[in-house]
Amino acid sequence: MTTLLICLPLAAALIVWVLPLNPVSAGALALLAALAEVGIWIQLLVRYDFAQGGLQFSDQHTWFSDLNVSYHVGVYGFSVWLIGLTVVVMAATITYGFWAGRERIRAYMGLMLFLMGAIVGVFAAQDLLLFYAFFEAMLIPLYVLVGVWGGPGRMGATLKFVLYTMAGSLLMLASIVVYGLSEHTFDLVQIGQSSSQWIFLGFVAAFAIKAPLFPLHGWLPDAYRESSPEVAAVLSGVVSKAAAYGFLRIAVTKFPGPAHDFRAPILALAAIGLIYGSLLAFRAPDLRGVIAYSSLAQMGLIIMGVFAVNDLSLDGSVLQMVNHGLVSATLFLLAGMVERRALTGELGRLGGMARGRPALATMLLTTGVIALAVPLSSAFAGEFLILAGVFQRGWGWAVAGAVAIVLAAMYVLRVVSAVLHREVGSAVSDSALDLRPAELGVTVPMIACLLALSIWPAAITQHSFRGDHGAADVAGQFK
Amino acid sequence: MIPKPHVDWFALAPVDSLLVAAGVALLCAVLVPRSWRKGVAAGVCGLGYAAAFGFGVALYVKSADGHGVVADAFNRDRLTALATMIVAGTGLLVTGVAYRERAREDHAAEYYALLAASGAGMAFFVGANNLMTLFLALEWFSISLYILCAIDRDRLGGLEAALKYLVIGGFGSAVLLFGSALVYGATGKLDFPGIAAAGAQDNALLVFGLAMLIAGLAFKASAAPFHMWTPDVYEGAPTPVTAFMAAATKTAALVVTLRVLVTAFPANAHLWTVAIAVIAVCSLVVGNLAALVQRGVKRMLAYSSISQAGFMLIGVSANSPLGGRALLYYLIPYTAMSVGAFAVVAARERELGVPVTFENMAGFGWERPLLGISMWAFLLGFAGFPLTGGFVGKFYVFAAAYEHGWTWLVIVGVLATLVSLYYYLGLVRAMFMRRTEDLQLAPIGGSPPRETLLQTAVVTCLVVTVGSFFAVQPLIDLCKHAVNSLPWGV
Repeated sequence: MTTLLICLPLAAALIVWVLPLNPVSAGALALLAALAEVGIWIQLLVRYDFAQGGLQFSDQHTWFSDLNVSYHVGVYGFSVWLIGLTVVVMAATITYGFWAGRERIRAYMGLMLFLMGAIVGVFAAQDLLLFYAFFEAMLIPLYVLVGVWGGPGRMGATLKFVLYTMAGSLLMLASIVVYGLSEHTFDLVQIGQSSSQWIFLGFVAAFAIKAPLFPLHGWLPDAYRESSPEVAAVLSGVVSKAAAYGFLRIAVTKFPGPAHDFRAPILALAAIGLIYGSLLAFRAPDLRGVIAYSSLAQMGLIIMGVFAVNDLSLDGSVLQMVNHGLVSATLFLLAGMVERRALTGELGRLGGMARGRPALATMLLTTGVIALAVPLSSAFAGEFLILAGVFQRGWGWAVAGAVAIVLAAMYVLRVVSAVLHREVGSAVSDSALDLRPAELGVTVPMIACLLALSIWPAAITQHSFRGDHGAADVAGQFK
Repeated sequence: MIPKPHVDWFALAPVDSLLVAAGVALLCAVLVPRSWRKGVAAGVCGLGYAAAFGFGVALYVKSADGHGVVADAFNRDRLTALATMIVAGTGLLVTGVAYRERAREDHAAEYYALLAASGAGMAFFVGANNLMTLFLALEWFSISLYILCAIDRDRLGGLEAALKYLVIGGFGSAVLLFGSALVYGATGKLDFPGIAAAGAQDNALLVFGLAMLIAGLAFKASAAPFHMWTPDVYEGAPTPVTAFMAAATKTAALVVTLRVLVTAFPANAHLWTVAIAVIAVCSLVVGNLAALVQRGVKRMLAYSSISQAGFMLIGVSANSPLGGRALLYYLIPYTAMSVGAFAVVAARERELGVPVTFENMAGFGWERPLLGISMWAFLLGFAGFPLTGGFVGKFYVFAAAYEHGWTWLVIVGVLATLVSLYYYLGLVRAMFMRRTEDLQLAPIGGSPPRETLLQTAVVTCLVVTVGSFFAVQPLIDLCKHAVNSLPWGV
């Protein structure tokens, strides 16, 4: 079943590339594949035995035996949720791309599907080399998606993005070689824990750049601004979670010693990123800038949660990964819809869009309210758990987090009022329509997921780790 | 009467079939009417390579226990067979790529005859078991290649390339010959096992000879600092010939380097492992940094081939069966990627009629999606991305370096890969990411030529490049048996 989840989008991508379909049928086929993927994931969710936990639906075949590398995939409780995030967000973005009518739709849809398969693969891989292969394979479609369908500054943005990411990834490759050969296996389930700080730092470099963790976020504003909205949604919503997953699955689990030694500096960087990102988001002149920097801030929070390594913070960070994925993807898509109407994302030229556009106003406001972690929202649950967990590692970290939550309220409300309220901006024409049915079809399900999680956050927090004891599960390497 | 050694004709069958092909192709130049000449000569050359490949497979199957044949001058073992297969496969693909290259009919038959002859030389070279056959085979294929570079006599670039190749290649051969003489002087032996058995470990003469042998082979593998000829020759030679040189010559030179060092100089391993590692690092640094500033695609690929030689030499420097497997495995996707990349360049060249640069590759990916996507895959493969064999190759090479205890070499390799991304992805960028408005192209007249053979070759290369990522186990088994025919740890 896991293999099917990985292969279905890849196969669909090949079909879309190879068959000479017309734009509509190519898009429809891609959409169908994405929805089928969601269906399979629901099957996975229903059939995964959360009471038992651990690795399920695993599938293993030898890839090359002399170095003990195998194709080994499977899912844990928390990876079920991350895969769910991936398939939902990808289905929404594919729908949006189809509706928005991207040029060269066959190439575009194929790449999106390929990306989907690669991301699901990252969350399912149980072999270090396979994990690396999927981790890198994500970059191939992203490079083209940003570089071909991006804005005017896309060349610089892609170059920066790829060089940053690959610098980290290649350090990780060196770490994987050293780690796997010294342990005589590359199997993530079997491989033992290591106390080598250098290997640990190689992995951290890759994940910290991909997430990104302050101060390695140089690629982020350009990539998020220059790519098309749906690609930005995938980048911030899902791809960054691959890094957070890596921290959880590899860095913290396999390197308990180094993770302990480096806890203070990593928590400090995450806290700085959290506050600095929030401040930048508050000052950003455009819609995408705000979402991009808030993404930096939220990733800081999630990484704090992972590195605090206790039951509360781990539950919170998994919940927050899913939350933030849905929130930032929805926000990027909404930003795209606003930009489509106003032809700009500059907050100074927007305003007053709520008047006569109730659907847009409702969607943006609902997402914004969840993003700023209003009590009862799922983001509140996630952030509260993380802060409570981090508090056990020192009250200072929790204070930094709490300050950032206040800042989050400031930047979200600033965006909402700058887009929806105030007087009508110069770029907003009266003829700009409210959200179309297709746009609602993309955003409503995502917001529905967020509301469902708000009602029952325990769906994730109590179903991520074995016996709902994250710290013990991490210490036991999820075995 | 001179005693005549027993000749194992089966062991020499790949070489012989290529020689026969060369001879028949030459005869075509006089016997076959002009209008048929090119087709027949190309067909004969292709058949020769196909036969050599087939014999290579048969030899691989039938030579589980490697031994010397023809008075121990030639090795009949799986290493020879595998290297022959790679060289012959390359030759077959290059024949397909070259078919449309020469619009005018002059020297068409000679062209294919030389192509087959140089392949024969390489097939003999990879099996050489003493310094005499080594040098003989080296000259054999080198001379064929010198002429092939210059075969377009009306192209000044080709003549310059050939002259440069001749002078520097001749110098390299001389160094190799002198090195052989010194080794013979130190040990009194010509055959590799004999040199090893002589056991003259700290003999200055032997060490000098070894150094010169390595230098001579590094000239052929175009590893820095013996690479000066590579960019000019690769740029000036007809593109299919460049493809052949980049893929087959490098394969032959690297395989022979591995064989000579492991078989003949096990006692000096502490010296040559370091020397090869230094050469590898030089190649990585020089190749990657120089490739960054190239605007011509062929020159960029030339520098990239220098850096790829560096990666493969890391495998040699590990002096272990794992390193040998890494080298042989790496060669399989590498040859496919090189032939494929140069074939795509050749297609573009024929379309435009001018040397291919980054600028005039703009929009190519969308105009000709098959070639564009293949080129994309080859470049990602060179850069070591997953879904291509280049990734697994790099992984094996790094694993070999680590196993040898050289983590620093892994780090150097990783950094070199990072630098290489800039120019590999730069070309992808040029092919796919320019808007159509940015393009100012004036392709010479009409739609591009239909080139079924070239496209078939490119698709084959694509299949090998991607397939080698998935089918690692069978290929590694193939390489493992080949490498095990070397006397490891004796």
